[in-house]
Amino acid sequence: MNTLLLAQIVLTLVVFVALLSSAAAMVYVERKVAAFLQQRIGPYLVGPKGLLQPLADVVKLMFKEELRPRAADAFLFALAPIISATCAFAAFAVVPFGASTTFFGLLSEPMKLQVSDVNVAILVIFAIASMGVYGIVLAGWSSNSKYSLLGGLRSSAQMISYELSYGTALAAVLLIANSMSLTEIVDKQAGTWLGFIPRWNVFYLPTGLIAFLIFMTAGIAETNRAPFDFPEAEQELVAGYHTEYSSMSFAMFFLAEYINMVTVSAVATDLFLGGWQGPFADSIGWVWFLIKVAALLFFYVWMRWTLPRYRYDQLMAFGWKVLLPVSVVNLLVTAAGVLYFGV
Amino acid sequence: MASEAFAFYVFGAVAVAASLLVIAQRNPIYSVLLLIASFGALSGLYVLLDAPFVAVIQIIVYAGAIMVLFLFVVMLLNAPHEETEYDERVHPLLRSGPMRLGAGLALLLVVELGWALSRSGDTGNFAGAAVSSVSAIGRALFTDYAFPFEVTSILILVAMVGAVVLARREERR
Repeated sequence: MNTLLLAQIVLTLVVFVALLSSAAAMVYVERKVAAFLQQRIGPYLVGPKGLLQPLADVVKLMFKEELRPRAADAFLFALAPIISATCAFAAFAVVPFGASTTFFGLLSEPMKLQVSDVNVAILVIFAIASMGVYGIVLAGWSSNSKYSLLGGLRSSAQMISYELSYGTALAAVLLIANSMSLTEIVDKQAGTWLGFIPRWNVFYLPTGLIAFLIFMTAGIAETNRAPFDFPEAEQELVAGYHTEYSSMSFAMFFLAEYINMVTVSAVATDLFLGGWQGPFADSIGWVWFLIKVAALLFFYVWMRWTLPRYRYDQLMAFGWKVLLPVSVVNLLVTAAGVLYFGV
Repeated sequence: MASEAFAFYVFGAVAVAASLLVIAQRNPIYSVLLLIASFGALSGLYVLLDAPFVAVIQIIVYAGAIMVLFLFVVMLLNAPHEETEYDERVHPLLRSGPMRLGAGLALLLVVELGWALSRSGDTGNFAGAAVSSVSAIGRALFTDYAFPFEVTSILILVAMVGAVVLARREERR
């Protein structure tokens, strides 16, 4: 068998397992950080420092009974969590996480640290994210419960509204980088200005920074995380779109949420924070990448336990009347800047 | 090449079967979902035609944006089954008002399709390589086809204004 093909298969498996375990790690981090911010200890009984807590959670979920409301649409009820989880995993396929490497001469020719290199990678991520809405909407509808339906409707309205700003913020980066391939965008961010400022897109002041802030805000809204977690606002909707779900089908929604967070952070790292660029990027680039993604993920958790949830009408007003106009103006300013300075 | 032909037949079969099932369904939610499946298969065909940009746009615009709105409307109307109260034995062209108009439009569509298929002999000579490049598509759209592009956008604007006018609440006097 061709070694490169074999390496590609191994790489795909590694990414899949890494995503799964990143979700488990995020569960632990979430609980520990939440406990820290609330002056508690957090999980500490299962394993050293409570490190095996995610495992205990998974075992607990697996042994729960799988319930389905009698009036639910059986086929769609089963399909919805599968759509959510599949879209979450699929989006990461086009995200590069390191420079091409031969693994210290193990392979005959260098190989890209990326499952699939598509020249319209950004749009693919965008398309898969927009397909992920269906999992939530269908879960809400097929449960035949008013809380689920309201959660599903809120989520679709929210995701459609924030996708616009998300896409416009992306377009600003595309203008700066003049490419749609994530690998090329990261390669353009190599080097420094004045010897100490990295040439990351976020440091293209002011437009790069504004685009980054819009991208992260819209990304939090897209992944339904606090302070934008209306689809699952406990006080109003019990648990929102997954009210009627239990056991492993609930776990799939849970998994999808965490993997979507990882994907948004990874894309933000590639687009704005220079991806794997850093000292010794050729050999340990993927370490830089992981550090940057971890920092963004910590930021996600930090936000959740610091900020209260907005009101729903505030969320919609903010998305349409503030975020979208700002991102459109930012795009125009970026375009004018690129035209004028010819960066 | 064999695997490409195989993929073509799979995507083609899925697209045709899903499209047929869309109109064979009584439950509108399933019709919407089958239409999404059909769009997905079409986008697979675009990838086979070496046009990944068109394929992804197909997913983003149709499956990701427009169909979500369709699903939204169907769910809010809460119409699990189509109404079947009219007399099924009467020919659609002989039924009242809107149904006759709809049947007329469907007939027109079939005639147009037949006319288009009868003329489609020379599809072999377009530049296949050009469609894969985003910049080439953008350049063609904003230079050679600028007029049709602008006309389309005005058409969409008119539809939007129409929707706003229709949805506006009458003010009480």
